Amino acid sequence: MSTAIGQANPVAIAFFLLFIGVTLGITWWAARRTRTTEHFYAAGRSITARQNGIALAGDYMSAASFLGIAGLVSTTGFDGLIYSTGWLVGWPVVLFLVAEPLRNLGKYTFADVVALHRRPGPVRTAAAIGTLATVVFYLIAQMVGAGGLIRLMFGISYETAIVVVGVVMILYVLVGGMIATTWVQIVKAFLLLAGALLLAVLVLSRFGFNPARLFAEAAAKHGDAVLAPGKLVTSPLEAVSLGMALMFGTAGLPHILMRFFTVPDASAARRSVFYATGIIGTFYLLTFVLGFGAMVLVGPEAIRAVDQGGNMAAPLLAEALGGTALLGFIAAVAFATILAVVAGLTLSGAAALSHDLWVNVVRHGEAEPGEQLRVARIATVVLGLIAVVLGITFKGQNVAFMVSLAFAIAASGNFPALLLAMFWRRATTSGLVASMLTGTFGALILIWFSPTIQVDILHHGSAQFPLRNPALLTIPISFATGMLVSLLTAARSEEEISRFAERERLMLEGRETRAVRREP
Amino acid sequence: MTHNHEALRALARKRWRVALSLTALMVLVYFGFVLLVAWDKPFMGRLLRPGLSVGIVLGALVIIAAWILTWTYVRWANRVYDPELERARAGGVK
Repeated sequence: MSTAIGQANPVAIAFFLLFIGVTLGITWWAARRTRTTEHFYAAGRSITARQNGIALAGDYMSAASFLGIAGLVSTTGFDGLIYSTGWLVGWPVVLFLVAEPLRNLGKYTFADVVALHRRPGPVRTAAAIGTLATVVFYLIAQMVGAGGLIRLMFGISYETAIVVVGVVMILYVLVGGMIATTWVQIVKAFLLLAGALLLAVLVLSRFGFNPARLFAEAAAKHGDAVLAPGKLVTSPLEAVSLGMALMFGTAGLPHILMRFFTVPDASAARRSVFYATGIIGTFYLLTFVLGFGAMVLVGPEAIRAVDQGGNMAAPLLAEALGGTALLGFIAAVAFATILAVVAGLTLSGAAALSHDLWVNVVRHGEAEPGEQLRVARIATVVLGLIAVVLGITFKGQNVAFMVSLAFAIAASGNFPALLLAMFWRRATTSGLVASMLTGTFGALILIWFSPTIQVDILHHGSAQFPLRNPALLTIPISFATGMLVSLLTAARSEEEISRFAERERLMLEGRETRAVRREP
Repeated sequence: MTHNHEALRALARKRWRVALSLTALMVLVYFGFVLLVAWDKPFMGRLLRPGLSVGIVLGALVIIAAWILTWTYVRWANRVYDPELERARAGGVK
């Protein structure tokens, strides 16, 4: 089958320019509303639950979800669905354990919550390390994916593609802050869901709108094995470890946590997860259809011929169903997807650098008016440039592991400390710092010694650590270290412990007392 | 003031119990699915109908279970937790 992938596609370019035009218009509109730090980081707490739910979905559904899962399902069948389910089940955990107390205790970043009533210097420094590690690995994966994708779909060079993503993303965040980033994510979530829905309906229309007939056709063409678990999960330990990283990583992703500060109160934070879970779950159910659709209508060989990793399955499916025009639309949707995720990541990285490190550690919480905003904007440009440089440096590398690395660090470095800080009376400064550092560096070190790096990348015969994902080990270690060190330092942290009742009250009532607001 | 604080603490404990039970249910559902994938591949590959393997049905059910648990919590919090929180707060003002 011949494909237009790899050539400049006028429809893709037109849709892409339209998206850029609309989102830059939004940015210009948002810029006039972004005057204070609270606007820049938290959109002035003016985002409604429904808007935030859609934006959360937009922040979360990355190119890995759309292109990666469709590719994995189309080339291996059932195995791809392990990711579809795993990436959703983190959301109920975010809702039950994190969303509401986080909104009530924090201001702009999750470090606010961990540092509350504790010594801000060490806690915020450790939290910023965890945040930046998560953000940087996530950014590299998105940038490298974007470069390859855009080169294939728009016919421009890899480096040009990276620079375009970097410049547009910096404009969104720098000029429009959280308000612009939120609306870019809302527009993108609509586009992505509309694109996936359109493709799914077109696929199902060929199978009498019965998914089972589609799956049966896939089994008839490529064997019953495509409907059963295959090679992806080799050992139960590996499976549980990956599952733990996916399930608890979401509750430690700084750019996701940051979104809960954009709504007026805890009740809105709660309802926004309800919308997000609905949208994300629908999207992942659609990936079942898209993946098997590409397997039947395009074929695994043709998909691998274009991209060995299978990442072009969804665009190829679009081309098979609706020709160059639909391919162009889906290509533009994928580009928009990456831009929005990268903008959210950069904003949370900038908040860690400016709000946590500069204002609260370097300036001891006494920055001059306007200084925090200025530093955040400088940090945005610096992070944007770093993302471009890293994107070009890692060109051609297999970056799939970097997303799992980001999830492993978030699950082991950020999540345990956040949970201990909120719910455990005896959590002390030293304990929380120890938990964040062992979690973050433990995950980094074990991934270095894992088969992913040692065998796949360095081509050694075997790896010193058997698991590809370290979460099974690093999450319990991070919790245990945090608790042990807290108990050992309890004697000199009596004041921190004695203020637990105050924290408990704040966790329910919020920092600012405000009537429960409801949407019409 | 003390009365208000007692009511708030009781409410905090209640929310914590609900949140932990629902989290435990989600963990059970998802890791049940993952362990079946890892340990019993033939079972997951068994066809219920042409095209529908046990694995695909269970995968879709995990997503639906996540929805149901989310909905359960939000409904409980909107109907029970929010009004009780308002009452506990009002109790402190008197």
